[in-house]
Amino acid sequence: MTDSTKFQLSCPLPLNDTRHVQLAHGGGGRRMHELLEGLLLPAFSSEQLLTRHDGATLHIGNGRIAFTTDSYVVNPLFFPGGDIGSLAINGTVNDLAMCGARPLYLSSAFILEEGFPMDSLRAVVESMRIAAAESQVQLVTGDTKVVDKGKGDGIFINTAGIGVIEHDLNISPAAVKAGDVILLSGDVGRHGIAIMATREGLSFETATESDCAPLWEPVAALLEEGVEIHCLRDLTRGGLSSGLIEIAETAKLRISIEELAVPVREDVAGACEILGLDPFYLANEGRFIAIVPEHESARALSILSRHAVSSGAVRIGQVAGKPAGMVTMKSRLGTERVLDMLSGEQLPRIC
Amino acid sequence: MCLAVPGKILSTSGEDFARMAKVSFGGIIKDVSLVYVPEAGEGNYVLVHVGYAISIVDEVEAVRTFEILEKMGELEELKPGTGAP
Amino acid sequence: MKYVEEYRDPVAAQQFAEAIARTVARPWTLMEICGGQTHSIVKYGIDELLPKSVTLVHGPGCPVCVTPLELIDKALQIAARPNVIFCSFGDMLRVPGSSGDLFSVKAAGGDVRIVYSPSDAVRFAQQNPDKQVVFFAVGFETTAPANAMSVYQARQLRLTNYSILVSHVLVPPAMEVILGSPDNHVQGFLAAGHVCAVMGFDEYKPIAQKYKVPIVVTGFEPLDLLQGIFMCIAQLEEGRCEVENQYARVVRPEGNRSAQDLVARVFRVVHRKWRGIGEIPHSGLGLAPEFAAFDAETRFGVSGYTAQEDPECISGLVMQGAKRPEECTAYGSRCTPDHPLGAPMVSSEGACAAYYRYRRLRTYDVAEIGSLARD
Repeated sequence: MTDSTKFQLSCPLPLNDTRHVQLAHGGGGRRMHELLEGLLLPAFSSEQLLTRHDGATLHIGNGRIAFTTDSYVVNPLFFPGGDIGSLAINGTVNDLAMCGARPLYLSSAFILEEGFPMDSLRAVVESMRIAAAESQVQLVTGDTKVVDKGKGDGIFINTAGIGVIEHDLNISPAAVKAGDVILLSGDVGRHGIAIMATREGLSFETATESDCAPLWEPVAALLEEGVEIHCLRDLTRGGLSSGLIEIAETAKLRISIEELAVPVREDVAGACEILGLDPFYLANEGRFIAIVPEHESARALSILSRHAVSSGAVRIGQVAGKPAGMVTMKSRLGTERVLDMLSGEQLPRIC
Repeated sequence: MCLAVPGKILSTSGEDFARMAKVSFGGIIKDVSLVYVPEAGEGNYVLVHVGYAISIVDEVEAVRTFEILEKMGELEELKPGTGAP
Repeated sequence: MKYVEEYRDPVAAQQFAEAIARTVARPWTLMEICGGQTHSIVKYGIDELLPKSVTLVHGPGCPVCVTPLELIDKALQIAARPNVIFCSFGDMLRVPGSSGDLFSVKAAGGDVRIVYSPSDAVRFAQQNPDKQVVFFAVGFETTAPANAMSVYQARQLRLTNYSILVSHVLVPPAMEVILGSPDNHVQGFLAAGHVCAVMGFDEYKPIAQKYKVPIVVTGFEPLDLLQGIFMCIAQLEEGRCEVENQYARVVRPEGNRSAQDLVARVFRVVHRKWRGIGEIPHSGLGLAPEFAAFDAETRFGVSGYTAQEDPECISGLVMQGAKRPEECTAYGSRCTPDHPLGAPMVSSEGACAAYYRYRRLRTYDVAEIGSLARD
């Protein structure tokens, strides 16, 4: 061992550019959370925004409606099992469903890039038409803008939706109580893999299809049967983990789940192994969690299992009191660890 | 550094530097280069790292871990006062 | 998945853990070299299954973490050029250079692409003859055969628009540096199983003999790690210092000869600087003269300079196993994956990031957890 090997303690400058928007701000993880909490919520603080739920529940006249909006910027635009159009409709339908509202009316605003192929636009619009019909929602208003070539990613879609609430429950993180049970509607990770696999350089020879689907039907069934639902959350960007963490933090309660209780399909697991991804953080577009009191869990599961989109519903964990805002997972080896929010997008790795 | 995953060869094609295989990882199928394990064939499991197979899984050795556990278990049962450290 | 799932069996894991507990009589400190092993240990909580007298420390097994700042800066310079398609494994995208990372270069309009394999980069070169395609060839010995083949293929195809930016490091010299340090506490090693699948394990025998440490070639799944630890502890208790192979289902003593041959042809051993540690002689790979035309540093004439590093984080000590991430005063407060101070917190394989992401409940109120366990 020679003296020439001096150990220089070195460290890169921290990359924390707070002057510009970064991709991570839209990733569904910690950065986006900071943007919401640090800038948007303080600026627009309304009682509704502060419930931090998928949509707003509003009193209009003697009834209640739910109102939500979402923008769709997915790349690639077309992928196995769906496209930006079906995502745009189902995503907003699902946000309304997660408020316990029957989806009724949608708006749709397009921002198109100059040069975007008309055939692609036709395909997207047709997809939207089919998805809207499937969910029995009507597109009642909209807008179209075109931006210069290079200023948009082909097509961006914003949809907003209104639904009617036909029950008296308050479905939101605030209603979650210690002792409640967490139900998951099906296997996770399919959409994330479908997207990742379609992107250049990571294509697989068999196409895993996205799970993009509307979720109102099973929710309607739960409501019809009078199940006491405390909270619903559809799992999108950031996956199962992010959905659970957001609820735990908003409700100021602790959620604990079991690794082996969460279903992951074998091909999704295989893709995750090769790419070094964690399926619990992958995006889904047709999965939700339902938080119900313990005494309702068996009945709720039975109802969910009767609908195709939630036929794989299982119980994955429960809610406790402390430590507040924390989500823990018991691994298959019986050891327990904390599930944290990712700072940005999950990237494939080789290490 | 070394995310390498075992997968099953479904079919092979090509020779020498162009030797390739379709490998299944729990149902996900990927094209993998067999240039470094040209003797591997259909039905073999290979260890794949960044698109290249670097080793063939030895199925006999693969169960050795469990045989060792079995033997340890048997030895433990034979010991008097088993369970005490 | 076969040959994966069965090595995660909880009952078998518990059996190994008990076997370790029965075997150990004195405290021992073991090190695992490979970032993938660190990841697995922390993710599954394997260290929690071990008796307290067995301490695991984590080595510099993260080629992403040890890539020098200067090289990251060179990558950023090249990637920012208009006619370049810069390809990299996902791991490298968020590692900060002096200002910015590959992600920010991409945001500013650079053509930066994540690839699964270097052969994807070669394909881009064939498809885009008017562009220069550069591949960031980072890795240990495990990745060298793939990177070597990409260069070899590029030459076969007579491609003039493919080059690689090399940041290859070798494991045995790093082990010697750790073992040779006067502060060394490591008494046994779990050698990196996939590195050995390529290289074999003959080169570890002189190290075991010289420093009198047992070295067990170990895999990555929970049972592999537990069995490797068991074998290492058994050797230590018996006073042996041999090289053993736990990962025999994929590792042969001679390794993969054809892979080694091509690596020896395309690359040659060079001195390399390890970020956080310093220069280690004969610890890296560079392109051999026959293939020097494919070296991106030369092709793009990126100026060599010494980047200024801010010595605030103790990543060097962490990567040598001298300190645990939790012992760093910045860990979890000023340094988290959101605002990392050092590479081991950025890379998902770095010890600090692994510890942070998979951190244990016990760092919180243990009494509360006890009552919850009765639910």
